[in-house]
Amino acid sequence: MLAVEIPYWGQSLIRVLAGALAVLVPAGTIVYLFLFKMMSFMQSRLGPMEAGPYGSLQLAAEVGKWMQKEDITPAKADRRVFRAAPLIVLVSTFVLVAVVPFGPDAYFTQFDAGVFYMLAVSSISTLGILLAGWSSANKYSLLGGLRAAGQLIAYELPMVLSVLGVVIQAGTMNLQAIVFKQNTDSIFGWDGIGYPYILTQFVGFLIFMIAVQAELTQAPFDMPVAESELVSGYMTEYSGFRFLIFFIAEFATAGVFALIASVLFLGGWGVPFAWFDWTTIDSVDDWMNVAGPLLMLAKMTVLAGIIMWVRFTYPRFREDQLQRFAWKVLIPLSLANIMVTAVCKVVW
Amino acid sequence: MTDLAERQKLSYIAAQAADARLNVELETEGMTLNIGPQHPATHGTLRIIVRLDGEQVVWAEPSAGYMHRGYEKLTEVRTFPQITTLVNRIDWLGSFANEVPFILAAEKLMEIEAPPRTQHIRTILFELSRIANVSLFLGDLGVQLGAVTPVFYAFRDREYVLNLIESVTGGRFHPNFDRIGGLLDDLPAGFITECKQVMKRLRAFCDEIEDLLFGNEIFQARLRGIGVIPADVAKQYGLSGANLRASGVDFDLRRDQVLPLAYDKVDWKVWTHPDGDSWARCWVRLQETREATKIVDQLLDTLPAGPIMAKVPRIIKVPEGEAWVSTENPLGEMGYYVVSKGDLGPFRVKIRSASFNNISVVPWVLRGVYVPDVISILASLYFILGDIDR
Repeated sequence: MLAVEIPYWGQSLIRVLAGALAVLVPAGTIVYLFLFKMMSFMQSRLGPMEAGPYGSLQLAAEVGKWMQKEDITPAKADRRVFRAAPLIVLVSTFVLVAVVPFGPDAYFTQFDAGVFYMLAVSSISTLGILLAGWSSANKYSLLGGLRAAGQLIAYELPMVLSVLGVVIQAGTMNLQAIVFKQNTDSIFGWDGIGYPYILTQFVGFLIFMIAVQAELTQAPFDMPVAESELVSGYMTEYSGFRFLIFFIAEFATAGVFALIASVLFLGGWGVPFAWFDWTTIDSVDDWMNVAGPLLMLAKMTVLAGIIMWVRFTYPRFREDQLQRFAWKVLIPLSLANIMVTAVCKVVW
Repeated sequence: MTDLAERQKLSYIAAQAADARLNVELETEGMTLNIGPQHPATHGTLRIIVRLDGEQVVWAEPSAGYMHRGYEKLTEVRTFPQITTLVNRIDWLGSFANEVPFILAAEKLMEIEAPPRTQHIRTILFELSRIANVSLFLGDLGVQLGAVTPVFYAFRDREYVLNLIESVTGGRFHPNFDRIGGLLDDLPAGFITECKQVMKRLRAFCDEIEDLLFGNEIFQARLRGIGVIPADVAKQYGLSGANLRASGVDFDLRRDQVLPLAYDKVDWKVWTHPDGDSWARCWVRLQETREATKIVDQLLDTLPAGPIMAKVPRIIKVPEGEAWVSTENPLGEMGYYVVSKGDLGPFRVKIRSASFNNISVVPWVLRGVYVPDVISILASLYFILGDIDR
């Protein structure tokens, strides 16, 4: 338990501010570190160098630029839906981050159906994308929106199934409890590094990361926004502020999914409890509430780095090829993973 | 290879089915989609009207002419030496290659032949512009298929070739260097060693692209068996260049005709591919870039001494007559039919540019494919807008 008492209104205020921070800090980190810099270095160029030291304020410049641009709604568009769609996508990110634990007391909410909730709300963004594509009154947007709907629904399944392995192994759907388990369990009696589930659930981890790549519509699964054929897919008609929201949501969601992956597979905010002789969540020292979020940020950066690395490297699948990949490869593989995990769970 | 034959068969069946499909069972309404005139995939202002059933193309037609600049007409009010400035701008990525066939046609009419050193240098510059052109294609291919990184490597290494061209001609994009009877100037000092280094670098670039793109499973899945053009169809539509050779037709004007260029003095190979699909077209271009670096290397070794200008009068008047000269340009066969009435300028010039014929196959090849494949097929056909619209 936290050593200081915080009144309810204070807790609420902290939650709101921290929620904005938890969404925007990963998004900013990913955009600057990977989209601006890593991508540039991979492509033998420097990237932004002028705004701020080493281009570090480029992000602020971009945001300022997009805010100033005119917010155009096409004449034939379904105005209210068109305007609401980006907000739905962004809100789904905020709702998603609510279950991610950042420390022993640094969480927004925790409840026993955490994993279930996470998988359920992650598909709200599909709705926003479909609405955006449909309401734009643009053929490219329509094609992009329909492709996105088909793809996101197809890859929702392997994502759910790959997480089930972790749930079976942990015996709980509470994300905080999953973190606790990973850091207190021991490998054949040795508790030096805890028991991160990536060691046994590597197949699940791989499938989860591939499904995340597809859910985020990043290359090689970026057929819905395929810029060389559909201009920008469902985002084609958006400009200014609303495009910015789509842009932030894309990278914020990448960050949140990387956070979730680190919670499920890499031990989350915790360090192995045996190092400090902690036994329960309550006995964890208060400084973990500061160190935990930093650890999460570090793990998020590594995972998001992999996502972006793949994005800059591969050409894209065709729509039917990626559907085939989901239904014929990923889903059977994740089902087999569940079977093996369940059998092992019963045997040991 | 059996897998490939299977896929070719499937794509043929899909094309047949697409015709019979509309309004049969569900009374579905098709959708007409304008790809272009402003569209990222057309890298210019080409408009392709496609009629879609879902995402399948039922009917497609390219609509050219958005960038027509009237070069054929403009040549009639220019003198012969002025025309190279115009024709430079037809295929703007391989500019020097546009000048050569026109100059050769004029020389043919005047019955003069450039000295051997000039023929060598012309061939070197011709092949350098081919490398500059096709290396950009290899990078752009990745962008069209969603891989953003290779294009930067292409721009990086193409820059060395452009520097070479600039060091000789003074112009990076539009050299305007070829003259009737010879060249404007000789090669600069130190060109040979520098050029050899760049050629080595470009061979490394080709290896890099082969590893990055051609070895990639997704890339292969996107291109193999897609957009198959059989040899007879390719001939009927008048395809030329790598598009024709990828359909298995062994035809290369550099080898198959006698021109005052130095191709017969070097050892090189014409690459063909039996498949005729998008993959084959890209692969043939990759091999051609390698072959071009070899040609340049050998020509640099055997560069003869001598003058660079034949004896030509100060004011060039081309005698009355007609001449047709075509060469194997980076995009395919490019030719000029020059009619002269004995004046300072030509009476009429007909320009046969490669891309115009190459995209004429688009309605045939796009039938029955899906929208993503439209882009990959267009990318593999490789056109330059200036070369279509002239």
